[in-house]
Amino acid sequence: MTDRRASLMVTCLGDLFFPEVGVSIVRLLRKLGVTVDVPADQTCCGLPLFNSGYHADAAAVARRTVTLFKDSEHVVVPSGSCAWMVKHEYPGLLAGTPLARAASELAARTHEFSQFLVRVLGVTEFTAAVPGRVTYHDSCHLLRGLHESESPRTLLGKLKGADLVPLPGADECCGFGGSFAVRLPEVSSQILAKKLANVESTGAGCLVACDAGCLMQMGGGLTRAKSRVRAVHLAELLDGGR
Amino acid sequence: MSDAELATPFRQRAGGAMKDTFLQEALTIATTKFIDLRRDAFASFPEGEALRDQARAIKEATLQHLDQHLETLIGNVERLGGHVHYAATSAEARSIIVDIARRTGAKMAVKSKSMATEEIHLNEALEAAGVTPVETDLGEYIIQLAHERPSHIIAPAIHKTKGQVAELFSRELKRPAEPDPEALTRIARGELREKFLQADLGITGANFAVADSGTVVLVTNEGNGRMVTSLPRVHVAVMGVEKVVPSFTDLMVFLAILAKSATGQKLSVYTSLVQGPRRAGELEGPDEFHLVLLDGGRIAQIDGPLREALSCLRCGACLNVCPVYRQIGGHAYGYTYPGPIGILLTAMLEGTSAVKDLAHASSLCGACLDACPVRIDIPRMLIELRREVDDKKIAPWSERVAFKLMAKLLQSPRLYRFAARSGRLLQRPFARDGRISRLPLSFGEWTRTRDLPPVAARTFQERWASERDLRA
Repeated sequence: MTDRRASLMVTCLGDLFFPEVGVSIVRLLRKLGVTVDVPADQTCCGLPLFNSGYHADAAAVARRTVTLFKDSEHVVVPSGSCAWMVKHEYPGLLAGTPLARAASELAARTHEFSQFLVRVLGVTEFTAAVPGRVTYHDSCHLLRGLHESESPRTLLGKLKGADLVPLPGADECCGFGGSFAVRLPEVSSQILAKKLANVESTGAGCLVACDAGCLMQMGGGLTRAKSRVRAVHLAELLDGGR
Repeated sequence: MSDAELATPFRQRAGGAMKDTFLQEALTIATTKFIDLRRDAFASFPEGEALRDQARAIKEATLQHLDQHLETLIGNVERLGGHVHYAATSAEARSIIVDIARRTGAKMAVKSKSMATEEIHLNEALEAAGVTPVETDLGEYIIQLAHERPSHIIAPAIHKTKGQVAELFSRELKRPAEPDPEALTRIARGELREKFLQADLGITGANFAVADSGTVVLVTNEGNGRMVTSLPRVHVAVMGVEKVVPSFTDLMVFLAILAKSATGQKLSVYTSLVQGPRRAGELEGPDEFHLVLLDGGRIAQIDGPLREALSCLRCGACLNVCPVYRQIGGHAYGYTYPGPIGILLTAMLEGTSAVKDLAHASSLCGACLDACPVRIDIPRMLIELRREVDDKKIAPWSERVAFKLMAKLLQSPRLYRFAARSGRLLQRPFARDGRISRLPLSFGEWTRTRDLPPVAARTFQERWASERDLRA
């Protein structure tokens, strides 16, 4: 099918809390003929440091990441926010350093997972791991940072066994926002409550997102409310028919 | 907000606002309506996107030579017989206006809606000088009766339901009032008519000032602005120095996008162009016209980190779409300008220390940047403010230590793996059925309303290293 090579940037949340997302991505990509590798000693893209204003520290983390992935043909990231960090903030953070050029090159070779499938590999036909009604939440960095709303919807719309229904207010924040969620937990929780009311109104059994942060927030809210809706990463849902 | 109220931490102010059921109802209805109206207005206006870029470019170019444009403006206002005053601070602006009131023997001032006069706390200064200020914009009239401050840049009484307004009118005006917007407007209009005729002073802000013709531009919907600028003997307009635009050609670009962003209107009902005092042969207009140019911290930001915020048109679109504003409303922010842009303006006017908490009152979702007619990158500047708060050690030391530890951990895979292992051990007493529902210390801020996934029994990288099937 293809002789492409891709490196998985698993991200800290993906590595620590959602390892099955990484497993699904590896399996899916390999089935599509992509040779997958995972550079060792990955930690985090540095976005939490960057967003809280610790830019020198974020730059130090960025230097590590750029070095780790310097030989990768493509880098696939399961979270829109981490992809955005690498693509939009690394070049600025490392400007004027010996790694400036490597950072810009990495930015160009880095893709959020759904974008890699649709825009790089050009594959959109998959079978749902869990059949039934699904709905999609736009994560903020993927939507407004990387201007991507189509790729995940294309994949879900064509997904065998799944019925994609629109989520009211799909483009509104889920209230995660990294440290925001614990600095202003009451505000974050009220934003989440409104999001989940919209999710429940769709009748979907599966809430899909392309960002581990949103999944942590919305999934945590759903299980706390003992909802029958499951929050899943797009890759887990596409990984059916195996 | 008073110093006493500001002494309450921001988180508590926000919490209080979320417990106010009237406020919650009012906010949801109003912001949702504004969002829909704005979206529809731009959906049927294909030129909108290009005009937004053009508007921003005009603002940038104007800031490059702000001094020249202001000189042109001053020259033209004076040529038309007006007086121009420069106020470096709010206090200077107040004393300039109070002096004008004293010299002209003013007893009553009618005002049209102006955030600049809110910024300088003008009403209190006028009252202290024996001049009665009367707000004539309906929303401002409501909050003046309630002794409150605006909670939204264009809809100052957005926090009140019609039922609350009816109660307020009944109580303060001592007459029965039904919770019907039309009836309430009729009551306010009746009350205000007389004031327009009595007032000696008319005070306005300015949405724009056109330099090459000395024109002050007011964008309004109620017609009160015209009465304020034409009936009293003296008209004083107060504007931030950044409001100057070079020409009418430039003005048209802004007018094409301002009302659409603010209320979803193609244009506001009234766009008033004011050029100096009444001239010979004219039937209406004031004897005297004064323009007060307010710095208040703006000029220092022309080459400062908040420069972009000087392009703000005060349309309020970023407030309506902000998930934080939509939960807490404007008062909880604590300063004149609420919402995402308000945090930047507060930092500009009051200094960085004032926003050490507010800089974090954003999930950085980017909805504000998307909605801003001149594409001000508010999230980026909020991050810049956070950086300043950290660098200047305004942030609490415990937080700075925590982030420094995080930085160490993320730079060392060995420490990172150690943290994962420690997390797995420490979470044992708390993990049940594959989730964590209760955690001590500040981790509990998360688990009070949400479950947390436990650190996986084996991280992805551990699995990759040990499972041959996964690698092959």
